[in-house]
Amino acid sequence: MEERGIVPHPGVAAPMLHYLLKRLASLGLSLVVASLVIFLTLEVVPGDPAAYMLGINAQEDTLAALREELGLNGSVVERYLSWVGGLLVGDFGTSYTYRTSVAEMIGERLWISLPLALYALALSTLIAFPAGIWAASRRGSAADVGVMGITQLGVAIPNFWFAMLMVLIFAINLRWFSAGGFVGWNAGLGAALKSLTLPAVALALPQASILARVMRSSLLDTLSEDFMRTARAKGLSRGQALRRHALRNALIPVLTIIGMQFSFLLAGAIIIENVFFLPGLGRLVFQSISARDLIVVESVVMLLVFAVIVVNFLVDLTYAIVDPRLRGRR
Amino acid sequence: MIMDYQKAGRYLKFGLISTAALAATAGVALAKSDIVVAMQLEPPHLDPTSAAAGAIDSVLYSNVFEGLTRFGPDGSVNPGLAKGWDISEDGKTYTFMLREGVTFHDGSAMDAEDVKFSLDRARAEDSANAQKTLFEGIESVEVMDPLTVKVTLAAPNGSFLFNMAWGDAVIVAPETIADIKTTPIGTGAFMFKNWVQGDKIDLEKNAAYWGTPAKLDKVSFKFISDPTAAFAAVMAEDVDAFVGFPAPENLPQFEADPRFQVLVGSTEGETILSTNNKMPPFDNVKVRKALAHAIDRQAIINGAMFGYGTPIGTHFAPHNPDYVDLTANSAYDPEMAKALLAEAGYADGFTTTLKLPPPSYARRGGEIIAAQLRAVGIEAEISNLEWAQWLEQVFRGKDYGLTIVSHTEPFDIGIYARPDYYFQYDNPSFQQLMTDLGAEADPAKRSALLTTAQETISGDYVNGYLFQLAYPTVANAKVQGLWKDAPTQATDLTAVYWQ
Repeated sequence: MEERGIVPHPGVAAPMLHYLLKRLASLGLSLVVASLVIFLTLEVVPGDPAAYMLGINAQEDTLAALREELGLNGSVVERYLSWVGGLLVGDFGTSYTYRTSVAEMIGERLWISLPLALYALALSTLIAFPAGIWAASRRGSAADVGVMGITQLGVAIPNFWFAMLMVLIFAINLRWFSAGGFVGWNAGLGAALKSLTLPAVALALPQASILARVMRSSLLDTLSEDFMRTARAKGLSRGQALRRHALRNALIPVLTIIGMQFSFLLAGAIIIENVFFLPGLGRLVFQSISARDLIVVESVVMLLVFAVIVVNFLVDLTYAIVDPRLRGRR
Repeated sequence: MIMDYQKAGRYLKFGLISTAALAATAGVALAKSDIVVAMQLEPPHLDPTSAAAGAIDSVLYSNVFEGLTRFGPDGSVNPGLAKGWDISEDGKTYTFMLREGVTFHDGSAMDAEDVKFSLDRARAEDSANAQKTLFEGIESVEVMDPLTVKVTLAAPNGSFLFNMAWGDAVIVAPETIADIKTTPIGTGAFMFKNWVQGDKIDLEKNAAYWGTPAKLDKVSFKFISDPTAAFAAVMAEDVDAFVGFPAPENLPQFEADPRFQVLVGSTEGETILSTNNKMPPFDNVKVRKALAHAIDRQAIINGAMFGYGTPIGTHFAPHNPDYVDLTANSAYDPEMAKALLAEAGYADGFTTTLKLPPPSYARRGGEIIAAQLRAVGIEAEISNLEWAQWLEQVFRGKDYGLTIVSHTEPFDIGIYARPDYYFQYDNPSFQQLMTDLGAEADPAKRSALLTTAQETISGDYVNGYLFQLAYPTVANAKVQGLWKDAPTQATDLTAVYWQ
C-alpha cells in the first residue's frame, strides 16, 4: 500500500518531467487557440468604436480622423499580429476610450478582483470542507439531511438576488456595511476587507454549496472502498480512518472544483461587481464591451483565459502531489 | 478635537440667542464641506472637446472647464470667461473681452492665445470634436490683445453665443492639451485631483478661482450604473446626491423619506419614436399620421417613466419660451389611425421593425408602443440593441423602421434640415427655414421662424413625438444649490453647499 508520495522517488523524476512538459505544451497551444478565437469573435461583433465615442452629431471626417488615431484602419492580420506581439512582451496596448495603458488598468482592477476572488474562495472552502465532511461522516442523519437541504438552496439561489437581499438587510436597514463601492487599500486592511465582505459572501454562498456537496459525495465514495475496510480492520477508529486515508483520496474531485471556482470567481463576478459597484475586472469587461473598447476586451479576456489555463495547470500539478500514481502514468 | 466641537457648539447656541449673523457663521464652520455625487455613466476620458459622451460634461462642465459663455441653471446663456462682447452691425464679427486675472489650474494665465488655440483646434481638419458643426461658420479667430479676441464668421449666426456655451467649446491650454484626457486642466472653481477608473473622480476647490469661490472643498463623483445598486447607495446614504437617478419607480419612496429631497427637472431630451421617412410604408404621410394617432403618450409616460415626463407634440423643449404645444396634432385616436391606414392602402396593417437602444425609456416604452400599434394592426417586431449596434444599424446604416431615442442636445431642431440624417426627412421648405433662422438675429422674427419650424415637422408627422425626458435628482435633504433642470449635461456644483 503506497501512500507516502510527497517526496518523489528517484525513478519518478523523469516521468514527472515528461508529465510537466506535456502539460506545458497543451497550455501553450490552448493560449494560441484562445487568442485567435477571442480576436476573431470581436472582429465580427458589429459596432464602430469611433462612432460610439463621437456620438450622433459627429461628422464623417472627424470619424475618419479618430479611426486613424486609434489604429483601426490596418488589415485584420496586421492588427492580430501587433496585438499578440504586444502581449508577448507584456504590452497590452492602449485603451480606445480611456487612452491609458490597458496593462495599468488591468493591474488596478486586479487589486480588487483578485483579493475578492481569494476572499470568496477562502470563505467557500472554510464553509464547505467542514460541512461536507460532517455530512459524509454522519450519512443519513439529520445533520446530513440538513446540510444537503441548505446546500440545495444555496445552489438554487441566484447570487445577485442574495446580494441584493444582503444589501437590504445589512446596508439599508442595519447600516453595518455600505451598500457597495470599495474604500481602497489605502483605507487600511480592515476597512478594505469590510467593503469586500458582502460581495465575497454573495459569491461564496453558491460556491460553498457546490463544494460541500462534492466533498460529501466524494468522501462517501471513498468511504465505501476496500482500503477503508482494511484501515478499519487494522484498528483505526472511524475518524482516524477518515482523516488519514479517506480525505486525501477524496480530494481530487474537490480540487478540480476549487480550480474551476477560482477561475469563475475571477472572471464571473461581473454581476456581483455591478450590484456592489466595485471597479473590478468584470465591470471593466462589461463597460468595454458596450463602449466597443475592443483592445481592452481582448486583453482582459485573454488574461482571464490565461488565468484559467494556468490554474488548471496548477490543479493538474496538485493532482500529482496528492496522487503519486498520476506522475508515472501519463 | 472634542474641545473644538464643544466650543463651536457653544458659539452656535450663543449665536442662536443673540444674532442671526453669528449663528450663520458658526453654522458654516460646522457644515460639511465635502460631497459625494453619484451618476450612472462614467466618462470614457476627461476631454470634453473630443467625445460625445455626456458623462464627461456631467463631471467637468463649469466645475473644471469653462467656455467664453456658459449655461445658467435655466438654460440662459451668460458671460463665462468672456465678461462681454461686441457684435458688429452685419452680425459677422464677435469681439470678446476676456476677464482679467484668470488662471488655469497649473497656474498659467488664460489669455486670448488660449481662446484662439481652443477654437482653432476644434474646427481644424483633423479635429476630433464631436460637435464640430458648432464651429463650422468660423472664418477666423484673431488675437487683438491678450484680453481681446475677434471671431469672424462666414455668415451671421444667431446661435453663436449659445454654441460657445457648449461643453465642446470650453477653453483649454496648448501646454496641457497632450494629457487632457487623463489630467484635465481648466479654469473652473474646482480642480481635478484623482480618477479611480471604474469607481470615482475627485475634485477639489480651486483657491485661485477668478469668480465666486466654490463653497465645497472636496467633491467626489461616483459611478453606479445598476439601478438597484443606485437605490441601495442612496438609501444607505453612501452617496449624498444621485443626479439623473435611473429608477423612476423608486422616486415616491425617496419623496416620502424626510432624509431625502427629490428634484424632478426638465432636460433637453426630446424622446421620440424616430421613423424612417424613406422606408415604405413610412414614406406615406398618412401612415406616419396614423402612427402618431395610434400612440397614447400618457400611457407611455405612466408605464415607462412612472409618470415623470412632459408630453410633446414636436421636436422642441417645452420649457423653451418659443415652444408651441402641438400635442393636439397627434392626439390618441386609434379609430382615426385605423381609418388613415385604410386610406393609405394598409387596411390589414403591416409589419415593421422597432429597434431599441439600452435606456429604460426605450426598452420599456418600446413594449408599450408595440402593444399600442398592434391594436391598430401594425406589427412592430422589437429587437434590443446595444448603443454601438444602434449607432451602426439605425443611426448610420438607416436599417430600421422605427426606433425610440431621446435627442438630448439642446436646441437641435436643425437636424430636421439634414436629409441624410437617420430619419431621412427631406423637406426643402424646412431646410430654407433653418437657413433663414441661422441668419436672423432679431428675437421676434426668430421666434416666428421657430414656431413655423415646429409646426412644419409636427404637421409632416416626421416622427412620433412622445415626451420630454425628466431629470430626477435624489439628494440628502440638507444639500442646497443643486441644479434642478439639465439645460445641458452638467452637474454644476459651484454653488452647492450643506445647510
